[in-house]
Amino acid sequence: MRWRPVALTLGAIIFLFPFYYMVVGSLQARPDSSPAGALPRPGNLSLNNYREIDAAVNLGRSLLNSIVFTGGVVLGTLVFGVLAGYALARLRYPGRGTLFAAMLLLQVIPFQLLVIPLYVQIVRGYGLADTYLGMILPFAINSVAVFVFRQFFLQLPGELFEAARIDGAGELRVLWSVALPLVRPALLTATLLTFIGPWNEFLWPFLVTKQAGMQPLAVALANYMSTVASAATNPYGAILAGACFLAAPAVLLFIVFQRHFVSSDLGSGVKG
Amino acid sequence: MRRQPIGMLFSAPYAVFVAAVFAYPLGLAVWISFHEYIFTAPGVSVPRPFVGLDNYSAVLTDPAVRRSFVNIGIFLIINVPLTVALSLLLATALNSAVRGRTFFRTSFYLPYVAASVAVVGVWLFLFGSGGLVNQVLGSAAPDPSWLINENWAMPSIALFVTWKQLGFFILLYLAALQNVPKELYESAAVDGANRWRSFRAVTVPGVRPATTLVTLLAIITGANLFTEPYLLTNGGGPSGRSASPVLLMYQRGIEQGHPDVAAAIGVLLVAGVLIVAGAQQLLERRQR
Repeated sequence: MRWRPVALTLGAIIFLFPFYYMVVGSLQARPDSSPAGALPRPGNLSLNNYREIDAAVNLGRSLLNSIVFTGGVVLGTLVFGVLAGYALARLRYPGRGTLFAAMLLLQVIPFQLLVIPLYVQIVRGYGLADTYLGMILPFAINSVAVFVFRQFFLQLPGELFEAARIDGAGELRVLWSVALPLVRPALLTATLLTFIGPWNEFLWPFLVTKQAGMQPLAVALANYMSTVASAATNPYGAILAGACFLAAPAVLLFIVFQRHFVSSDLGSGVKG
Repeated sequence: MRRQPIGMLFSAPYAVFVAAVFAYPLGLAVWISFHEYIFTAPGVSVPRPFVGLDNYSAVLTDPAVRRSFVNIGIFLIINVPLTVALSLLLATALNSAVRGRTFFRTSFYLPYVAASVAVVGVWLFLFGSGGLVNQVLGSAAPDPSWLINENWAMPSIALFVTWKQLGFFILLYLAALQNVPKELYESAAVDGANRWRSFRAVTVPGVRPATTLVTLLAIITGANLFTEPYLLTNGGGPSGRSASPVLLMYQRGIEQGHPDVAAAIGVLLVAGVLIVAGAQQLLERRQR
């Protein structure tokens, strides 16, 4: 079995090197793209790039915008997505089949097709440009998370629910006290899955926000890259500093919780 | 069987969301594409006459739009086979009991969880004219450099997206590999099959449903391409050689104020995705 470690190591180098280089490049006082520059040199280290990007895009404010945008989506998904997932898995009512079919169909509609009509509706129709609500609305409930919730609720034994109902518990109470505590890993997985969507999303918040003060990190950094960067002393350094700042929260969350983001959880989606 | 009408209440918010954010805009996109449509301030109503296929003929005779569809074709020809081959290879390697499994798995999905905008920054630095990649390649480096070279811009984006998304597809294949019965490998070994033969005869057919899913998702990702041509090749450059249909939807629809034309590009794009996905399904069924 010699080829496996070779393939995996080669893969890991190709996957990790750009991240390593991102950090090294963000700390260089002068850009050094020679092969030797891939190793940090004590004489060429500085935090100046971070100061430069902060002065240009106001990292604190952009971070707050990213947090509100992402937080709104995660909250919407956890509240309404869990309710829908539970209903789809455990309750019998008219319209359930239709909703489930619609949910599956959604997965194959490219979001970008909807961009123009959503822009017409949300920005031009409701006047929600430069608002958090306008940013959140199209992502408010993550359908993949609803699907994950449904799969997890389906896996619980049916007798559990029957017993609770016979004891006179209402459905909300069954969901809250019986089902939810048993699917905690699913909640974490779905939260992580949901988190990366809005945190990394570029196109939609880019269309909705024109004021710099409302832009999430990804949009602020992208604007800096496409317009302002050339004016900085070390534009690549400043871009990479911003990139580290943007990538770090998602990367760290996934490293800490990596065991909750494994194939078996996602697999429930594949095996369907 | 007892019915629980309260389920309607539980799923009502999600049903409203699906209707308002997916179903209605989907219909609106098609409607806009058949009308002359301009942006107005909220509450202002202007005539929006039916114009038949005018928007579509405007789109189809626009060389920039046609180029963008060719570009996506180039993208898919590189990205889809590479994604399927590499993610299956790495998933197979990960599936055995190797040391450092967690480390490898985590490092493979880091590009997937990191924001496109952030990793585009590093690629700009790595693949720029005087970047590390060209310094290492020396005289073998393309001139002009990757992202500003007419022939390399689109393949560079295809490679970037393959790298970025691979971790997700590896996870899908890992899940699928758990479903391939171990006995099949054992009987293949008894029949004297070497590792490559048992991979061909057992693994590949065993994960075929996952391959269908991976191919479909890779095609959809490719059709949705926007951030990379916008940032990595500076707005679809050089001279439109890396422009994607979605980038043109943005430029025509929102920058230049022609949402009707942009909607027509969107409808054509989805029709294209459905045709490509359908053709792929047919091809696969015939192979079986």
